[in-house]
Amino acid sequence: MLMIYNRPGFLEELTEQERTALFGEVDAIMAELSESGELVGGAALADPSLTKTVVGRDGQPAVTDGPFLEAKEHFAGYVGVDCETEERAVEIASRWPDVKYGGYMEVRAVMQESGTEM
Amino acid sequence: MRTPPAVEDLLRALAPQVLGTLVRRHGAFDACEDAVQEALLAAAVQWQGEGVPENPRGWLLTVATRRLTDQWRSERARRDREAAVAAEEPAEPGPDEHRAADRDDTLTLLFLCCHPALSPSSQVALTLRAVGGLTTAQIARAFLVPEATMAQRVSRAKQKIKAAGARFGAPPPDEREERLRAVLHVLYLVFNEGYTASSGPDLRRADLTAEAIRLARELRRLLPGDGEAAGLLALMLLTDARRAARTADGGLLVPLTEQDRSLWDAEEIREGTELITDALTWSPPGPYQVQAAIAAVHAEAARPQDTDWPQILALYRLLAHLSPNPMVTLNEAVALAMVDGPTAGLDLLRTLDGDTRMKGHHRLAAVRAHLLEQAGDAPAAREAYRDAARGTTSLPERRYLESRAARLNEGDSDGKA
Repeated sequence: MLMIYNRPGFLEELTEQERTALFGEVDAIMAELSESGELVGGAALADPSLTKTVVGRDGQPAVTDGPFLEAKEHFAGYVGVDCETEERAVEIASRWPDVKYGGYMEVRAVMQESGTEM
Repeated sequence: MRTPPAVEDLLRALAPQVLGTLVRRHGAFDACEDAVQEALLAAAVQWQGEGVPENPRGWLLTVATRRLTDQWRSERARRDREAAVAAEEPAEPGPDEHRAADRDDTLTLLFLCCHPALSPSSQVALTLRAVGGLTTAQIARAFLVPEATMAQRVSRAKQKIKAAGARFGAPPPDEREERLRAVLHVLYLVFNEGYTASSGPDLRRADLTAEAIRLARELRRLLPGDGEAAGLLALMLLTDARRAARTADGGLLVPLTEQDRSLWDAEEIREGTELITDALTWSPPGPYQVQAAIAAVHAEAARPQDTDWPQILALYRLLAHLSPNPMVTLNEAVALAMVDGPTAGLDLLRTLDGDTRMKGHHRLAAVRAHLLEQAGDAPAAREAYRDAARGTTSLPERRYLESRAARLNEGDSDGKA
């Protein structure tokens, strides 16, 4: 799982040309991943201002609106890939254009339902 | 809609024969493979309604040939070729026309699908489709990826075979041995993929073990003189025999020594044991045969304490000699601990500490935890179980390892391993 973190609003600060280039890069990576059969799925998340946060207060869930973290970067979306190696997943993440604009990517293994008896 | 099992079995058995015949006549493996796949889908629908035709193989061959010529007809550049094909194609091939070649065709297809230009996951996908006769949708479901992803994987695999200039035919003699190892490995991967799936949402992945056993049976039939083909089939049967005992409620994994042996499949054990016992009398031992022999020794013990550990240790030493690899050393350490005590096992494990192939591998920590527990060092065992639990990406394994660690917390370290 490649998790994309970026600063909300950074896209608006880019020039039209930079924005087009960025979307082009994402499209190119996605096309490559579907071509290679490595793409499992993914989604982009809406602006963090649309977030609802559920936290426990005195053991009861309480719901609040809005961004829930002070952090500058927010979880912006994810891409699921099925790669032969971890190195390959890191390589794909390194090419994600958000990284150039101050965002970062987390590469996390997904837990499987299968296992061997020990 | 589901195809009745009898029809599905028939289709899957015929798939490699029809594909082999088609490729032999027309070349162009990729186009032929698509055509056969379409014919199989058409048959699944039509035979269900109208019954199986008298000559099912001829039916499939005719429909696949028609699809192939349709496809070529639509490509202007292929006009001449299409005319030639149509002229040479009899409407209904004679029943015995190519029967003699079927044997070699299936084998040749296996060699082609396991071409070294392909990655293991592509070899697996292509083998299941071209030789196993599974649909892309079925393979995708079994490997938990979207159908479009699997379709791309299959079509890329075919392009790679084409680009590598591979032809439909027996591999050159000097490559044959290596290619056969690749075929055995692919069937082994298919089996493991199905076997390691636990119960619950992944249950249908267990179909893969049945498919791997079916293909291994076929391979064994085609190569009766190959000890490793026999060894692989025996290993699959003896492992599959334990399936019902290997998970408890909720998909929790049960270690071999704690399994309810009355749940083991006696028929599979009998067949697997006979196969491996026989193979070892005439074939030099290879890695699959030795692993099957180990499984057979486990199977013949009615209770865990009856296990012939010295025999298992000797077999692991032989395996380490035949195909040295850190996973074998791990198992050897377990057997050594049973024969000479946990300290001896732990000493052997220490030789793996510097091995980069084992770096961060949860299995090493899991085995160490077991041996530490046996040695009575509860705090160190607990730490090792936790290390192992953090290192695995398998949910059932993590639950198992965490529960072992928790048991030690409660001071319940009565050496149950």
